[in-house]
Amino acid sequence: MNGAEWQLVGFSLRMALASLLLVLPVGLALAWWLARKNWHGKALVETLVSLPLVLPPVVTGLVLLQIFGRRGPVGSWLHTTFNCDVVFTWRAVVIALAAMSLPLFVRAARTAFEEVDVKFEQLARTLGAGEWRVFFTITLPLAKRGVLAGTLLAFARALGEFGATIMVAGNIPGRTTTLPVAIYQAVENGEDAHAWVLAGVSAVIAFAAVFVSEKLQRRRK
Amino acid sequence: MNNKILVAILSSLFALQLHAAQVTVFAAASLTDSLKQIAADYEKSSGDKIVFNFAASGTLSRQIEAGAPADVFFAADETKADALEKKGLLVSGTRKSLLGNSLVIVIPTDATTIHSPAELTNAVVQHIALGELKTVPCGTYAKAYLKKLALWPAIESKVVPCESVRAVLAAVESGNVDAGFVYKTDAAISKKVKVAYEVPAADAPKISYPLALLKGAPQPDAAKKFIAYLDSDAATAVFKKFGFIMLTSPATK
Repeated sequence: MNGAEWQLVGFSLRMALASLLLVLPVGLALAWWLARKNWHGKALVETLVSLPLVLPPVVTGLVLLQIFGRRGPVGSWLHTTFNCDVVFTWRAVVIALAAMSLPLFVRAARTAFEEVDVKFEQLARTLGAGEWRVFFTITLPLAKRGVLAGTLLAFARALGEFGATIMVAGNIPGRTTTLPVAIYQAVENGEDAHAWVLAGVSAVIAFAAVFVSEKLQRRRK
Repeated sequence: MNNKILVAILSSLFALQLHAAQVTVFAAASLTDSLKQIAADYEKSSGDKIVFNFAASGTLSRQIEAGAPADVFFAADETKADALEKKGLLVSGTRKSLLGNSLVIVIPTDATTIHSPAELTNAVVQHIALGELKTVPCGTYAKAYLKKLALWPAIESKVVPCESVRAVLAAVESGNVDAGFVYKTDAAISKKVKVAYEVPAADAPKISYPLALLKGAPQPDAAKKFIAYLDSDAATAVFKKFGFIMLTSPATK
């Protein structure tokens, strides 16, 4: 691997990690909400959260492009208020990766929360613990395997994301090009050897993430 | 018996194929509108069917190298045809250069940012869409032009590479980039962009569209007829209407 290839791998890993910073707080809240509460329209939220799993990724990309584009509701506001562009920058990469990996995380974390016995939580409450304290000292520690497995899956998914990324972030070498996009471009350019090197790296990272995730989930059962 | 029906269906399919050949044309994205119109006219008069694969010329040449079942290659860059010719994938003697084009800088209709290539270096211009520099001829031409003007180092970091010239056009239309390099013929079909600057032919690299019959073409005879038609007065009129420059005039042949 040459310097440019290492840089690309480093960039992709950083983007995937940054997307986790978005996924974790949002995903934990959603997963807990779905696992512990019942409300009107819950099925609708469940479906919406899972939608990016089954929608063509370019559709998710298209929606994000509409929202964050310079003429979109959020994009135009950011552009005029902060002179900050999202589309075709690294920010778009992070948002695309987060949108695509959120469902995987929520599914894993929700199952993990559901498997925590609510009696422990009730016991903590009778001892005077508030909801936040119950969550961080009882629910989350007991669900940590599942949550961790979900985090790894989300991370692996983020590293492999292509369709939504290329729609909102494009393919700007050194600034928005991630591993899968670089592989596509290498094949387009006829640089097959380069493509195979990157494919190999992707396979190793994906294998490691799924392997550990599976191990974590199996030991829980 | 059922066999009779089967025979009838098969023979009718076969007969259909005999009468109406299906010619597969791999063509540069910038030719999309003009070729569709020409093919519609041609299909009516010849009875043959023209099927297109429009993409960046570099993408098309890769697909052809990989064995895509295509009859005709119509690219926007002579070097893409050179590469295929070197690999023996073009039928010798069928290659010709029919069309030329010119490069323009487009900006969104509501923008007033630039009037010359030098202004691309201004701070207000944050993103400039170009065709992907290796696979999209329009991007290759634009980079060569900007290098010639010594502007390339200053704007390289603003470049957003797009997968075809039409993707460049779409990026400018959406307003997500401040400017883009497309062909004059692409700019002409969009109401959402305006031409900020037309690159003089003397400054730009020579833009020439090679056309050739491919080795291993599934329908070589029908393809030859269509290639000949592309050089006809009727086709020339359409190309001219869309703003292409004719490199060979049918009258002089």
